[in-house]
Amino acid sequence: MMIDPLSVFILLLGAATPILFAALGELVVERAGVLNLGVEGMMITGALAGFAAAHASGSPALGFLAAALAGAAVSMTFAALTQFLLSNQVATGLALTLFGLGLTAMFGKPYEGMKAPAMMPGPLGLNWMIWLGIALVPLVWWFLARTRPGLILRAVGENHDAAHGLGYPVRRMRVLAIGFGGALAGMGGAYISIATVLQWTEGMTAGAGWIALAIVVFAQWNPWGVLAGAWLFGGVTVLQLRLQAAGVAVPVQLLSMAPYLATIFVLVLISARQKFGRSGAGAAPASLGRPFHALK
Amino acid sequence: MFRLEPRASAPLLWQVATPILAVLATMIVGGGLFAAMGFDPLAAIRTIFWDPLFGPAAGYSRPQLLVKAGPLILIASGLALGFRAGIWNIGAEGQYIIGAICGAAVALAAYPLDAFWIFPAMILAGAAGGWAWGMVPAMLRNWFGASEILVSLMLVYVAQRIAAWMAFGPMKNPEGFNFPGSRNLQQYEPASNPELIANSGLHWGGVAAILALAATWFVMSRHVLGFHIRTAGAAPRAARFAGVRPERLVALCLGVSGALAGLAGLFEVAGPAGQITESFGSGYGFTAIIVAFLGRLHPLGILLAGLLMALTYIGGELAQMMLNLPAATVQVFQGMLLFFLLGFDLLTRYRIRRRA
Repeated sequence: MMIDPLSVFILLLGAATPILFAALGELVVERAGVLNLGVEGMMITGALAGFAAAHASGSPALGFLAAALAGAAVSMTFAALTQFLLSNQVATGLALTLFGLGLTAMFGKPYEGMKAPAMMPGPLGLNWMIWLGIALVPLVWWFLARTRPGLILRAVGENHDAAHGLGYPVRRMRVLAIGFGGALAGMGGAYISIATVLQWTEGMTAGAGWIALAIVVFAQWNPWGVLAGAWLFGGVTVLQLRLQAAGVAVPVQLLSMAPYLATIFVLVLISARQKFGRSGAGAAPASLGRPFHALK
Repeated sequence: MFRLEPRASAPLLWQVATPILAVLATMIVGGGLFAAMGFDPLAAIRTIFWDPLFGPAAGYSRPQLLVKAGPLILIASGLALGFRAGIWNIGAEGQYIIGAICGAAVALAAYPLDAFWIFPAMILAGAAGGWAWGMVPAMLRNWFGASEILVSLMLVYVAQRIAAWMAFGPMKNPEGFNFPGSRNLQQYEPASNPELIANSGLHWGGVAAILALAATWFVMSRHVLGFHIRTAGAAPRAARFAGVRPERLVALCLGVSGALAGLAGLFEVAGPAGQITESFGSGYGFTAIIVAFLGRLHPLGILLAGLLMALTYIGGELAQMMLNLPAATVQVFQGMLLFFLLGFDLLTRYRIRRRA
């Protein structure tokens, strides 16, 4: 059995891209102190909207644009509920996932069996979305670490009461972050339907949104860590598919568990490091998941 | 402008009124959605919420109410314990599947033996399987601090693949003409979970659901454990001073909710479903989360919410047959319902005042 490292790496980049987009978006959301468990719902919405737009226009680029808009649009229901109606973030995120899966199952029926238009090849034979995903990593890092809005966003995420006291717009910052996260999740989902599977099928994100959430924890809320996590995940996926293709004597269904088990494994590893490690580095944003209600 | 003033305690009126408001809002917005899709909204709402109980074919659909409500209530009553304590088991779907597989394994191993102990042994195996699958996230959280939300959810996907493997491999019916899927337990009497009263839809799963509701009611309102659970959810720090040990609570809540979900799976595979197939998990584990919230994590509420959700399942199927509504309508309704519920919940926790 031959597994050529270079071709595996190229496939890995493709498999990692949906997770990379979604996890980078969620990272920004969580750094603003919001836990949005609706990534899966936003991804599947983007997968359908992107596919539909790409199919109708014949342009994958328009597809990704539509996916970003659709992802951001559904994320606004989450924003309205958690930021203005102060609902529980865990439950609301879950609702967003269930709603997104249902909505796309309902509206996606006519698109089943259709083909996606071909992606434009980019430099080195990799498509432009792979490059965009990789380029977003330093951009997000730079925004969070080196710009003033990024600093405010982090302040809001670490201590929303203090940030509010200093006059920073906690709510506006968080709504914007949620919208950004929704747009990236939508694009990540569209990558699955437009560039990987090349068609629309119900529930096709298959837990990618949840894996993205785990990758953010694995990355310890650092964009570079998200890149590493997404590549690790991509590697496991590709290896598993290669083993399937090579006809290893392990049932396909068991091999396809690998990404989920790997996710649990890295989650445990990193959680243990945080629990037993001596430094406080890599901890979650202090206000993560806590609702903010200014009395004045 | 308005401002929100936190309430010291949630008034009973709003606690009861918000789920009802949420259902009404879902019907109105859902009706609008149907109208936009070119269906008659009133006919669609009536087909989903009224016809299954009182329509022309109600004789067939009414028993389905208990068939569908049983597993939902059984799972939701367990989930409610954890949700109260801030322990989020969202992988009930996986525990449901594993419970079914473990229970079915006992039956398939015993086949074709005819003995009285087979069904009780299956019940034990189903509960144990679900318990074990729920204890994985519990232990990983207690030992390493891993998020039980993500681990329990990941394990759903693992469980689905185990079910597929079982259906194609170890549990495949040797007399099934090479089709995937296990033997049908409905045709193996010592292992089957039949309707207890003809045309009622009630099987042992429904009985277990009622028992689970009674037990959780007792624990939550009459036992010190319920006090610990509520305190841990409302004020984790205060709970520690009150002698609550969070690790034990995590293990208990995830274990119990896992066991109940496993039981639901076992009663399903031995009864209405009959066999382990690739797509055995049908989403009850996720819908039960909505049931738990809609029922306000209270046993009586869960009973009503479970019946209502079961109604939407049956009504959705009916609407699909009669009006050609898409099959996913029910899922959209359920998601929307949870949104509205979470939104209206503001009224129970805050007073809305005019800004002076």
